[in-house]
Amino acid sequence: MTRHVSEAFATAKAENRAALIGYLPAGFPNPEQSVKLINAMVASGVDIIEVGLPYSDPLMDGPVIQQAVDQALAAGTTTDVVLNIVKQVVDAGAIAVVMSYWNPIERFGVEEFAAGLEAAGGSGVIAPDLTPEEAGDWSVASDAHAIDRILMVAPSSTDARITAIVGVTSGFVYAASTMGVTGARTTVSSGAHELVARTRAVTSLPIAVGLGVSTGDQAAEIAAYADGVIVGSAFVRRVLDAASDEAAIEAVSDLAKELAAGVRR
Amino acid sequence: MTNGHYGPYGGRFVPEALTAALDELDAAFRAAKEDPAFINELRALERDYTGRPNPLTYAKRFSEHCGGARVYLKREDLNHTGSHKINNVLGQALLTQRMGKKRMIAETGAGQHGVATATAAALFGLECTVYMGLEDTRRQALNVARMKLLGAEVIPVTAGSQTLKDAINEAMRDWVASVDETHYVLGTVTGPAPFPEMVRYFHSVIGIEAREQILAVEGRLPDAVVACVGGGSNAMGLFSGFMEDTQVILRGYEAGGDGVETGRHSARFSGGTPGVLHGARTYVMQDQWGQTAPSHSISAGMDYPGVGPEHAWLHDTGRASYEPVTDAEAMEAFAILSKTEGIIPAIESAHGLAGAMRIGKELGPDSVVIVNLSGRGDKDVATAARWFGIDLGATVSNELSPEMREGR
Repeated sequence: MTRHVSEAFATAKAENRAALIGYLPAGFPNPEQSVKLINAMVASGVDIIEVGLPYSDPLMDGPVIQQAVDQALAAGTTTDVVLNIVKQVVDAGAIAVVMSYWNPIERFGVEEFAAGLEAAGGSGVIAPDLTPEEAGDWSVASDAHAIDRILMVAPSSTDARITAIVGVTSGFVYAASTMGVTGARTTVSSGAHELVARTRAVTSLPIAVGLGVSTGDQAAEIAAYADGVIVGSAFVRRVLDAASDEAAIEAVSDLAKELAAGVRR
Repeated sequence: MTNGHYGPYGGRFVPEALTAALDELDAAFRAAKEDPAFINELRALERDYTGRPNPLTYAKRFSEHCGGARVYLKREDLNHTGSHKINNVLGQALLTQRMGKKRMIAETGAGQHGVATATAAALFGLECTVYMGLEDTRRQALNVARMKLLGAEVIPVTAGSQTLKDAINEAMRDWVASVDETHYVLGTVTGPAPFPEMVRYFHSVIGIEAREQILAVEGRLPDAVVACVGGGSNAMGLFSGFMEDTQVILRGYEAGGDGVETGRHSARFSGGTPGVLHGARTYVMQDQWGQTAPSHSISAGMDYPGVGPEHAWLHDTGRASYEPVTDAEAMEAFAILSKTEGIIPAIESAHGLAGAMRIGKELGPDSVVIVNLSGRGDKDVATAARWFGIDLGATVSNELSPEMREGR
């Protein structure tokens, strides 16, 4: 039975905290291990898992995620495999959304992908390069299959633009904390706070902040004003640096616990 | 074209962080086009700096290899910096100034666009960073040196296939993080709107001149205008002058590499399918899952898995047609032009020349064909020498890098 992101945000709100959203590419470092890693993240306090669909040209991602995605593709992670991984982690209890560049979804078939994700128990899709102007077919397909359309707002977005984006968004709004690609940063831009406030003015949807977040302290800082905290590269980094599969599972669990404590401060 | 779309192609598939910059660019471009001061400044640069208009040269001896057709060369190779790329770069550099930005970034494959951008940056006193696949920095070492001499920073890209597509990825990543003070000078008619329309506009001077010149010398329109198509900017510039002349055949020649049947090629229309790459929907070389497939060509400037979205639409509507030309056919045309006309073409342009030989035989004697000689071949001398087995000799080779000695 599919659980939706709205449930995770409702639970977090009832507990007077922000939701923790963690990203890992499907199939990284290989399909079997990625399921174990995601399950460990969920068991250690990640409320919503962003399952990355590996793509050959990830132009919004920094070097850490590029490296992970290359490994996942080399390990044979096709779109079918990604949907299967979503099913496995949902069956294990996760609330899962897919993070994918647009071309693999279009190539799979917009309707087919929405149907496949619904069947796998997925809750939503974040497509960082899909703009509201190009989202017509996706709106129809995602509505038909109860898949949330999670679009992004950025510090450079005008107020009119934010209004247009939230108008086609469901589930939650992804607020990019900074102008840049994915990757851990020592400080999270102060622009994020202002962006959340501007977005809050035009929507009642939950708002989650991502890009550059890697520590419990940063998670706590963002949780003070946002409904969700998104962490990606920091999890990937832990896996890349681990000496063994077991050590990687321990490392992502430790980070998930630190971040989960952060959003509860 | 409506709202950046060409039928189902084009559009904008970019991270939201770039939307504001693309809107700003779109507004600056539209205002500039209507501003006589901008147009005058651009025309003066084209005349006094680029050296326009460049000639339309009747290639009498080359024509003998083209089925008797009278073949004319549009001499973009005679532009300052040696290719058509300067047309677009000067326009975008002027826009960069108008937008108050101080830095230009660019991607480059063969290095021609990088050299043109570095040149304009020097002329306008702007900072310049050029992203170039590591593989291409080896194939085109001479152009890397040129860019550095012009004061640009050249960053070798080691991600992915280390060629043009990866250089575009890296330039986009830079741009997302630096967009306030930086303009991304995209080098061809691809990418998110307004780039395809804007780059075509700055190259339309090619077609405008060619049309006037052929009417002056032949007293009639050509039967066909042909060009090589990597991203497709030189072809779009030439085609645009003849778009409304529906009796004129428009034909583009893609890189057939080792042959389309081998899988080692860059022929998007013969071996690709509609998809989204680098911000636009167009024909893309991709696998069944939408992962970009590796492309191949002897020519770095043709080695790209996507193509301009307007070409995709011209292909589907039938207004233009596209055929692959193999490495071997291109190099044969390269040799023939060199030996019959005393003009060494860029290997990119040699694909168009091979096309002229093919379509001339199709159309027969008394037909008139214009081919865009989009660039000169100096940068390709090492590659060509290796292809034809020319010994560069001990003296020369000692002065060349190991990559150039091997013709990489």
